[in-house]
Amino acid sequence: MTDGKLITGAELAASGSWHGSPQTQRRLRKRQAAEKRFRAYGLVAILMGVSFVALLFFDIVAKGWTAFMQTHIQLEVTYDPEVLGIADSGDTQALSRANYTGMVKAAMRKTFPNVSGRRAKRALYGTVSSGAGFVLRERMMANPDLLGSTEKLWLPADDDIDMLLKGHIRRDAPESDRRVSDQQIAWVEQLEQSGQIRKQFNTTFFTAGDSREPELAGIRGATTGSFYTLLVTLILSFPLAVAAAIYLEEFAPKNRWTDIIEVNINNLAAVPSIVFGLLGLAVFINFFGLPRSAPLVGGLVLTLMTLPTIIIASRAALKSVPPSIREAALGMGASKTQMITHHVLPLAMPGMLTGTIIGMAQALGETAPLLMIGMVAFIVDVPGGPLEPATVLPVQIFLWADSPERAFVERTSAAIMVLLGFLILMNALAVVLRRRFERRW
Amino acid sequence: MITQASPQTEESMDTGKPAPSRTASIGTRSRVSNKALDDRGFSETVGDITVDQPRMQTRDVNVYYGDKQAIKDVSLDIGRNEVVAMIGPSGCGKSTFIRCLNRMNDTIEGCRVTGTITLDKQDIYDPTLDVVQLRARVGMVFQKPNPFPKSIYDNVAYGPRIHGLVSSRMETDEIVQRSLERAGLWSEVKDRLTSSGTGLSGGQQQRLCIARAIAVSPDVILMDEPCSALDPIATARIEELIDELRENYTIAIVTHSMQQAARVSQRTAYFHLGDLVEVGETNQIFTNPRHRLTEDYITGRFG
Repeated sequence: MTDGKLITGAELAASGSWHGSPQTQRRLRKRQAAEKRFRAYGLVAILMGVSFVALLFFDIVAKGWTAFMQTHIQLEVTYDPEVLGIADSGDTQALSRANYTGMVKAAMRKTFPNVSGRRAKRALYGTVSSGAGFVLRERMMANPDLLGSTEKLWLPADDDIDMLLKGHIRRDAPESDRRVSDQQIAWVEQLEQSGQIRKQFNTTFFTAGDSREPELAGIRGATTGSFYTLLVTLILSFPLAVAAAIYLEEFAPKNRWTDIIEVNINNLAAVPSIVFGLLGLAVFINFFGLPRSAPLVGGLVLTLMTLPTIIIASRAALKSVPPSIREAALGMGASKTQMITHHVLPLAMPGMLTGTIIGMAQALGETAPLLMIGMVAFIVDVPGGPLEPATVLPVQIFLWADSPERAFVERTSAAIMVLLGFLILMNALAVVLRRRFERRW
Repeated sequence: MITQASPQTEESMDTGKPAPSRTASIGTRSRVSNKALDDRGFSETVGDITVDQPRMQTRDVNVYYGDKQAIKDVSLDIGRNEVVAMIGPSGCGKSTFIRCLNRMNDTIEGCRVTGTITLDKQDIYDPTLDVVQLRARVGMVFQKPNPFPKSIYDNVAYGPRIHGLVSSRMETDEIVQRSLERAGLWSEVKDRLTSSGTGLSGGQQQRLCIARAIAVSPDVILMDEPCSALDPIATARIEELIDELRENYTIAIVTHSMQQAARVSQRTAYFHLGDLVEVGETNQIFTNPRHRLTEDYITGRFG
């Protein structure tokens, strides 16, 4: 060794030391193989998890992305006073009650003049959405001068036609097996040739409330309901949870009572959420007489549900503030309140906010307790406040998933995408907050 | 919690055992020999526990953490403008003792203090006394530098602000500058007062903590091993600073370094297993210790 040459393992073995013996070599190989296997198990687990998540996302996006496009048919509509039954364009009541559906029918007859017979006509009218009249009414109400004029408009097609164009209803299937008749397909093909049918961005999906007609249904009502519900939850749960966490962590004596409270808070976090729904039904609605289906009650129920989550996160955040900071503040003659408000809270705030956002994200995705308090009702109007009947995004998804129309399948997936988008956004916000305010000391 | 034994009481209360035969009267006690040793190798404090002009006096102080007694019948005077060093092996109660002097032990659950501690003749454990006021008069510097995660300026200005010592930005500026100057940190940080106090080096952080403590003009500064986390150069800088601060403040310092005690202090108190074994002029303690335990410790036989 003095000449600087290194010896090999074989030479070591030849020298008679046990360090290089064949048994040692075997043990070494075995150990190395075991370590590789151990690492592989972890890798396999990760890969499986990731692939399941990827599969889920792929499935949702593949099913849902088409919902963001909606088939429209171009029609030449005439605001005929006779068809509409309006004499004076200044009469708002008459304007709002006029026969716009008749106007759409007239336009369809004009586009396809050869259609005769009641059944054929009904099939023809059925290619346009039954809500097309509402589009006309809105235009007319906004601009009564349109009376008597003619314009070309893109009106939403019926959901079955939409499914046909998106390929979810196959044209080569036997007529009895599909919801669109041969005749309707012929009309659609005629419209395709004349360029009068196309898919355009589905704004209705974002601006409308729920509807029985898939092409008229939107998530605006559900997102607004979710917004009000979460607002109530946030306003109630954040201050309550932070105050509770501060008391338990900084002021409460450590005795049997606080132990019981702590155990119960931890247990509450594990209570099935539907139990909170039943509690909300019994207490808030039956006892206090709060309105059913209202975001206020939903928010109250979700507050009960998120409180433990936020309290536990806030306590952990308070605990993680180093005692040296507390001692420094107390040593300077700060009172306990000053120590907490000047030093401990600012340092614990990122952790508390992270916990709150995660609790809120949980609340946003919660369905079961809201079913119990009537937020599962079919509500068309977009709620204007926390006391009006509303539903929330996950419940809307539940409702649509239950609907028989084929077009609701893609809307369900699209609503899931929106919900997931909100959740990802909230979690990203939590990460950003943690990064931004994380301090070293 | 606190037994307000008058200084003349011959019994130490709450301890349940008969008091030692010595008198605990303030001011008149002189040297006692240590003939009768108990099983701890200790009977009573050797040396003169009193000074002519005491700022703080402690008499028969006992501290319990739950059932465990951390310090036993400690009586000691801390004089004006002097540095008193507490030395002793780990767990001997010296930190516990100085934490009694500004009632930082109150924050520890299960901690009980008996005996009398006075600051300028006023009992600091008097229930009518506000602990916030006390801590403004008795400042503390901790073992680990613990600046607030705020700017250097805000660190120093914090005390004056919460105690209402300043009413304008100008006054605050002045106090911050004066405190940092006294702590010998001004020239190093004057261009970056708004940067975080936690971004400084360890030695600078500790001097910032000292500046923060003196910003409220305390009467006494307690230092709990202020240099144990610092390198020798930063330590030397802090020691110089302690020597300068002595002109205006009373300082009690706990240290594990006997050299440091010898360098910075005028009087030294040696603690052993909760007992105050020996008190005396620093010179005398290190050159001519009277108690066998003190001698064993400073000659490095244990500890």
